[in-house]
Amino acid sequence: MTWLIAALVFWITAWWLNQRLVAVDTGSNMVMKRGINLLVPFLFGLTIFVIWEFVVRGLQVPSVLLPPPSMIWERITNSLPILWADFRQTFLKAVLAGYVLGCGSGFLVALLIDRSPFLQRGLLPLGNFVSALPIIGVAPIMVMWFGFDWQSKAAVVVIMTFFPMLVNTVEGLAAAGNMERDLMRTYASSWWQTLLKLRLPAAAPFIFNALKINSTLALIGAIVAEFFGTPIVGMGFRISTEVGRMNIDMVWAEIAVAALAGSAFYGLVALVERAVTFWHPSVRTGTR
Amino acid sequence: MTRKGKTIPVLTIVAAIVMLWYIGSVWMNAPFEYDQAERLSKPAPAFGELVTKTMAQERPVLPAPHQVLTEIYETTVLKKITSKRSLIYHAWITLSATLLGFVIGTALGIALAVGIVHNRAMDKSVMPWVITSQTIPILAIAPMIIVVLNAAGISGLLPKALISTYLSFFPVVVGMVKGLRSPSMSELDLMRTYNASRAQTFWKLRWPSSMPYLFTSLKVAVAISLVGAIVGEMPTGAVAGLGARLLAGSYYGQTIQIWSALFMAAALAAVLVMLVGFAHAYVLRQMGQKPGGALA
Repeated sequence: MTWLIAALVFWITAWWLNQRLVAVDTGSNMVMKRGINLLVPFLFGLTIFVIWEFVVRGLQVPSVLLPPPSMIWERITNSLPILWADFRQTFLKAVLAGYVLGCGSGFLVALLIDRSPFLQRGLLPLGNFVSALPIIGVAPIMVMWFGFDWQSKAAVVVIMTFFPMLVNTVEGLAAAGNMERDLMRTYASSWWQTLLKLRLPAAAPFIFNALKINSTLALIGAIVAEFFGTPIVGMGFRISTEVGRMNIDMVWAEIAVAALAGSAFYGLVALVERAVTFWHPSVRTGTR
Repeated sequence: MTRKGKTIPVLTIVAAIVMLWYIGSVWMNAPFEYDQAERLSKPAPAFGELVTKTMAQERPVLPAPHQVLTEIYETTVLKKITSKRSLIYHAWITLSATLLGFVIGTALGIALAVGIVHNRAMDKSVMPWVITSQTIPILAIAPMIIVVLNAAGISGLLPKALISTYLSFFPVVVGMVKGLRSPSMSELDLMRTYNASRAQTFWKLRWPSSMPYLFTSLKVAVAISLVGAIVGEMPTGAVAGLGARLLAGSYYGQTIQIWSALFMAAALAAVLVMLVGFAHAYVLRQMGQKPGGALA
């Protein structure tokens, strides 16, 4: 009971603190503003973990159902080598290879069909349609074709990331305004020059949008594909076997690694986006 | 880009894909036929014979399109709906989980968005975590959720639907936050001059102007909740549903079964997205707006 009350007290305190924090008038103090903007979500996250821990202890939830965060953390620190091996198999091999190939080929095909309006009109609706399909279902077929090792997972990732990239790049290449294109024409610039100096930069926000979508898709694709057969290493393999052995804390440890890897991957893409599309209104900060 | 008809280009490309598929199925299934001929110490089949044989294998590496279509026809029209071998039966199980998850997810997403728009603390604290929540590959931990909920005594439709919920609430939150904030300053000021209460501003201004955003998100959400339901069916021991068909097909090397389940899932996704599109057009027409005019 004390655990539950403690959880409740912590929650109310954190909630109250957050309400106070967002009401603070920072004025022109940028450092303080940024600090508050970081502190508020941090407090919210901390609250979730504290409530999780206290409620699990207070209600004595069996750890087979939901282990407390402290237990998961202990498991993570105790089994780093296994986690690292799984991470290397799934993320460094399958996800990265598939991501680079899928995004790269989507981009190249978009450039190729850019010159033919006929292909564009034909491929865009199809690409949009395919993006809505449960592509993850091709995983068993890929495992049959490319074997159990990471190549089949990379193939799934390629297929999953290809279409978002294709559709977004084609859309992005059409984003440059007519005025700017006419200007390039009056400079007598070639197709390549127009592409490199005007249209690709104009398409960058769209391309990065696809890269961000794909960063999460890739991880999902690789892990789910592992349910259909793997060598005895990999995050998906570990999750499905440890569930069977009721080692739920190990599963949560894998989830933590996956979440961390996914967030880091997404964050990295977002950082590169900020550096490349510094001119875009959604990135530009300045004084408002 | 000139705006001409899309039908002819799309059909051309579909025809090209089907042709490539046939070539691919001959090419990928040929090694098996050569192998068979060698084992029976017969001469290697001539090209014409090879083509017909590669398209009639029982477990081809890549089944030809007409094989898949025949299988779909046999398992939908020729089987009774209640039969466990009927694809419609499996599709219905997946569909019911999808719809339940979609409805819960949409309700949750709208509720969160309303909270985020009306409460500054929620805006600052919840939004970053909503985004983080999506970097967790939920599809990957779907098996655990199913197994754990089963152990807790919750089984059947709900665990699958919960996975769909988790996936579908995200686009709705993001779209609705954008949509509820889409009224301009001058429109909000107008409501103030009418002395409108917060509730009135919400129902008369914010809610109607968020509709185009809501439906755009719903299209994404319904597609993704179908994926969630399919993946959610895999770990339940391949009992029923399209996901179970996929898994069973991969265990027993029944490629035609896998492909027909895939086609069924694709058709289901297309129909669901189309239905949301119709609802979108209908609602906007009722509100006196031109479909797509507000967002395009």
